Amino acid sequence: MTFDILYIALLTLLLLAGVWAVMTLNLLKSAIGLAVTSAILTLLLFLMDAPLAGVFELSVCAGLITVVFISAISLTKPLAGAEAQARDRSRVKRFIFLPIIIVIVGAALYALHPQMDLSLPPAGAEMDVRQVLWNVRRLDLVGQILVILAGVFGVVILFKDQPDAKEPQGGTKS
Amino acid sequence: MMAHAQALFSTGVIFIILLAVTALYCILFSRNLIRILIGLELLIKAVTLLIALAGYITGHMALAQTMIITLIVIEVVVIAVAAGIVIGAHRHNQSLDVRTLRNLKG
Repeated sequence: MTFDILYIALLTLLLLAGVWAVMTLNLLKSAIGLAVTSAILTLLLFLMDAPLAGVFELSVCAGLITVVFISAISLTKPLAGAEAQARDRSRVKRFIFLPIIIVIVGAALYALHPQMDLSLPPAGAEMDVRQVLWNVRRLDLVGQILVILAGVFGVVILFKDQPDAKEPQGGTKS
Repeated sequence: MMAHAQALFSTGVIFIILLAVTALYCILFSRNLIRILIGLELLIKAVTLLIALAGYITGHMALAQTMIITLIVIEVVVIAVAAGIVIGAHRHNQSLDVRTLRNLKG
């Protein structure tokens, strides 16, 4: 019973934090909202007996990715003055429908709830997560290493200091 | 037990769909590149929750955790590279508006 109440409360908080992250006008607050969403997801993962995934989610998603977002926001120049006010007005007009859509979709899903055919497969024998990670899904680790290397090289190439390339004289222009 | 698991899964799926709708709305209607990345992050959060929920209900939590860890690694790399591209686009165009990225149009 306690599990169910916590589960529903955390799911509701997760959705509210996600909507707040999308709807808030300030980009920094939006990034913080995303970190809060990650923290709530971590609590849900702990509740569902997934502590290792929860720790990864908390340290990497709520920590590292928030730092990446805040760095990107601070490295880019925000709009100011009348331009910022016009952007905020336009944004409010575009996002005012989001809560309405969420309520309509939520109500429709709740009404269709009994008709959903979510047949579940039989539960299998539980193994240790380390055993699965290092023995069963060993190739995933190779894939992860390759993805990390691709990301590192991508970032290095993106931020590499390039010598000033001169425009070719008489180049084709369209 | 089965009915309880079914109820848990159904409730979770409703919230996951709502979170995915929020993320998709953000991706489709935002004009700021960083906000689009935030929408992508929210979408990945919904997928993470779906994997965890499926693992919890089916009793394959170890496998689900392994897949979540792989997903998180991919997520970090995608966001890091995308943030680099966003900063590069801002240096080039002096704007984060997606409408300014029309150099290849036509």
